[in-house]
Amino acid sequence: MDPIVATFIEENIVPNFNYWIYVILMMIGLYAMITKNNLIKKLIGMAIFQTAIILFYVSVGVKDTAGIPIISHHGSEHHQMAGLSSEAGSTKEIHNKIDKDKYANPLPHVLMLTAIVVGVSTLGLALAISQKIYKSFGTLEEDEILNELRPGGHD
Amino acid sequence: MKIFGLIAVLVVGALLLSATSDFPDWRDKDSPANKSPVSSFYIEKTEKLTKVPNMVTAVLADYRGYDTMFETVVIFIAGIGIIAVLRNFDGPYSSSIRRENNDEGSGLLARITCSLILPFIQIFALYVVAHGHHSPGGGFQGGVMLGASYILLALAFGLSKAKGYFSERRTMIFAAVGIFIYAGWGVLCLLFGKEFLNYSVLDSLLPGDVEMARSHSMLIVEIGVAFTVTAIMFSMYSNLSTRGRLNKGL
Repeated sequence: MDPIVATFIEENIVPNFNYWIYVILMMIGLYAMITKNNLIKKLIGMAIFQTAIILFYVSVGVKDTAGIPIISHHGSEHHQMAGLSSEAGSTKEIHNKIDKDKYANPLPHVLMLTAIVVGVSTLGLALAISQKIYKSFGTLEEDEILNELRPGGHD
Repeated sequence: MKIFGLIAVLVVGALLLSATSDFPDWRDKDSPANKSPVSSFYIEKTEKLTKVPNMVTAVLADYRGYDTMFETVVIFIAGIGIIAVLRNFDGPYSSSIRRENNDEGSGLLARITCSLILPFIQIFALYVVAHGHHSPGGGFQGGVMLGASYILLALAFGLSKAKGYFSERRTMIFAAVGIFIYAGWGVLCLLFGKEFLNYSVLDSLLPGDVEMARSHSMLIVEIGVAFTVTAIMFSMYSNLSTRGRLNKGL
């Protein structure tokens, strides 16, 4: 491979490839939303666009050493320690042990849960409206609908 | 026309890609998003303050309670909007794609398979709702699963059978009850003398101490979310698949 291309890939794409994928997905979605003539295809583009944003946010929260953002204490060991320390009257020591590098960032996950729900709502409503459009115009092609809407364009 | 769209998309993509070199590397645990005091607070203090191991649920249902409540309202409004746009009381539609035989649902094999796996899907959905603050899950996920089980019932046995279990009236009552549970729980906090959705004040009402009150309140709130999501998912499917007639589905 050309060394210039190889160094470009090595330095720019490999450490940031999540951003590259999100931008490419977003371009696909945006292109479909702008240029596609069929309303359902536009909706598919919108869904791809939303997926790109979700990928972006979730990939921001990833850490090298981290697992899922659910605190797990390893079985019986913790319970024994909890029992001992509650006898001693302080549980602070255990809870201070939470290593934040071991858990993925929970905030992007929560925000994207919101985005997924909003995405479902918009997609459902958009499908309902396109069904209604199909019932009124007999087509889902944008240019034909615009042609019928234009005064004098259609009988 | 398409070429202008392509140019616009390429310009936007080039701008975004040229910015990626300034972004923090992937998996970088010292990136600004991961270093921020908000995320660190959630990771380090959530279990101590709420006794909920699943941080995502804790942030969703407690710290960002307003967000989740109005998100449930968004789903409710989407369901109402679909009914307002599509619902049609004229009786069965006479389209050319209407099936010739009036038999709804799928074949024998699909019916038997669905009747075997449906109870397990529903029990697992309820588990996901109820255990959502200790393992991956929560109201939205469990609600979608429960709604999907009714959609499967409608696909296998026909919409009229599924409506026998989950009629339109019952659907809307469930959706409203879910939001009522969520908002009512917030109002209950007001009545106890603290802010809206500040669960820690409910420790006199619920078993356990202040932390357990927040944990139990999250469960109740998630149940409310699951009510609404289940009902609206099924309502969306039944309206979209029958063009708002609610009979003779797919």
